[in-house]
Amino acid sequence: MDFMVFQYPMITVQACLDGILLGILFALIAYGMALQWGVMNIINIAQGDLVILGGYIAYFMYLYGIHPAWGVIVAPVIMYFLGVLIYKLVINKVVDRDLFISILATFGISILFMQLMNFAFGADVVLANSDYGTTMLFNNNVVLPNSKLFSAFISILFAICLVIYMKKSKLGRAIRATAQNARAAKILGVDTEKVYAATFGINAALCGVAGALISITFTIHPYMGLPYTIRSFMIVIVAGLGNLPGVAMSGMGLGVFEEFADYILGTEFRIGSVFLLLVLILVYRRFKLSRKREYLK
Amino acid sequence: MRLNKIILSFVSALVILFSTSVASFAKVVGDKIILGAAISLTGKYSSNGVHTQNGYNMAVDRINNMGGVKVGGKTYKFDIIYYDDESNPKRAAQLAERLISQDGVEFMLGPYSSGLTKAIAPVTEKYGVPMVEANGASRSLFTKGYKYLFAVLAPANLYLDVAIDLAVEKNNGKPVTVAMAFEQDAFSQDVRLGVLDAIKRTGSKKVIDDKLPKELNDMAATLVKVKQMKPDVLVVSGHTKGALTAIRQIAEMKVDVPMLAMTHCDAAKLSKQHGKNSQYALCASQWHKTLTYKDNFFKDGMTYAADFEKEFGYDPPYQSAESSAALLVFKDAFERANSFDQKKVRDALAATNMQTFYGNIKFAPGGQNVDKPMVLFQVMCDDSGKCENKVVAPTKWASAKLIHPVPKWSER
Repeated sequence: MDFMVFQYPMITVQACLDGILLGILFALIAYGMALQWGVMNIINIAQGDLVILGGYIAYFMYLYGIHPAWGVIVAPVIMYFLGVLIYKLVINKVVDRDLFISILATFGISILFMQLMNFAFGADVVLANSDYGTTMLFNNNVVLPNSKLFSAFISILFAICLVIYMKKSKLGRAIRATAQNARAAKILGVDTEKVYAATFGINAALCGVAGALISITFTIHPYMGLPYTIRSFMIVIVAGLGNLPGVAMSGMGLGVFEEFADYILGTEFRIGSVFLLLVLILVYRRFKLSRKREYLK
Repeated sequence: MRLNKIILSFVSALVILFSTSVASFAKVVGDKIILGAAISLTGKYSSNGVHTQNGYNMAVDRINNMGGVKVGGKTYKFDIIYYDDESNPKRAAQLAERLISQDGVEFMLGPYSSGLTKAIAPVTEKYGVPMVEANGASRSLFTKGYKYLFAVLAPANLYLDVAIDLAVEKNNGKPVTVAMAFEQDAFSQDVRLGVLDAIKRTGSKKVIDDKLPKELNDMAATLVKVKQMKPDVLVVSGHTKGALTAIRQIAEMKVDVPMLAMTHCDAAKLSKQHGKNSQYALCASQWHKTLTYKDNFFKDGMTYAADFEKEFGYDPPYQSAESSAALLVFKDAFERANSFDQKKVRDALAATNMQTFYGNIKFAPGGQNVDKPMVLFQVMCDDSGKCENKVVAPTKWASAKLIHPVPKWSER
């Protein structure tokens, strides 16, 4: 245990800012997961792998001399079609089945993706350099890489666009209708099959954006997807489905929690602390539910 | 009765098939010495696995073309059976069993990485199969009393202790403060032990001792602490991802530290990804092409690098060089044993004392090579942004003078 983070106020500020910027990025991935969970009742274990794949798209643009920031436009387009393709090939066979089946199916997709990425791109750790420089605050005591600020800004931008799209567009309305009651929506003439495909595509596109941002801010690697799946799962569990402000808040909360866990427990427990928190929250939720059930009795 | 007959003939057919297949794969067939190797051709170690395989293949071709191995007045050629261990220790151990008990291999080459070597060593030891390995540096491999394991490389605890000595030397012999960040795998933890020894020996002080996770891609917290504590040396070991993450975030967060020492920082890879940001990083390496060791097969490091580049199209990393050296050791041992008896070959290996282009090779009782020091190089870039590794320690091979302390970010 190391409480250095509280001894120096500047480190506390640094940890909070780092956590919030990171959390906004997590929230974007989690929003995609919440969307498809709500609409299709599918928990996508391959979420993190879609993120990494998006990262590779930005990385390859960088390799060919294009600034990786353009990846946030190119990656979602490619990933959208890939998402639709995955839906047509696999997900549409499991969409109205048991949740367990969908977890197994997406788990399979996750393993397949990991191996394919490893096969195609190699096992090396890669990153895309943005050369965005650094912002110094408080007399150079707090440093914020501009790449992190850029990531947070783009994530917020995409989240806002998505919310507006969901509210205003025809497809957005159809998606929301399907989420509320798929059967009723079908009766009223919504092509739910198309809605499902679009939802999966939008989720993949969001993952693509997040992946491109991660390759600009951190590093990517074919086997690095799972922690992102877990984080988004955890954020959704805390926030609930279809609750965007909740997802944003719980994303940032998780980011800050991770940073502080990193300082206090050590970097080695960073991901571990997320898993622990997940278990605690699930137990707590169960406990609350069982109390409710007692009232009902 | 008829059924019994059918079963009997089926079983005997199987037995015949099995015995012939074993015979056709036995250790020495005709003029071939068959070695076995499980290599990571897929999975997370696949790129270094391929470097290892290329190193092995290059040496096999070279030795075969230059007269092969002479045992008992007859000339033999090397051949290797490869299996893909998928970067998975369990699979590697299974494949070692298969190579030995099914394919009848009696001599083994090592896999890539300490973890996989650790998985295979008990198997080769059980069957008494001599294994020369080139990519497992973890200290724990050499403290288990293995009799049939020989490593051509220096053990992991010697990777970065040189850097601490160097920092103390630059500090006019006075102790220094050290910040450490190490991944939690067998290899990096051994490197850490070596650094701790050096800290104790020089009376230095550790101010940060962070452990990095295997999914590492953000070490901002460690670097913020470094900024606060201002140590004289920052030591990082976490494979390529550790090196890449450290360089990226040190540059982005403008962390000024007089000396940055790392493992797994191939200059080509670092500068391709980071350009001039990687400048001044000190890297521990088993080998560098400019070292002046010599042998009859590859001549010297520069010739090896040129030949390797011609054949595989890239500059050889040390993983390839040490893998090639493993074959030279085997050839030497076979010829001195003048036999294919595993016990005799093992004893000949234990008595190895030779120079290869990769370095001097002489095994301690634990199996590690004690005759080859590590080298430290510093990444140095010219104005056009082209970066190169220049050896700065030990002084005997230094091709450039160490730049110390590292210039501050505000002055770059």
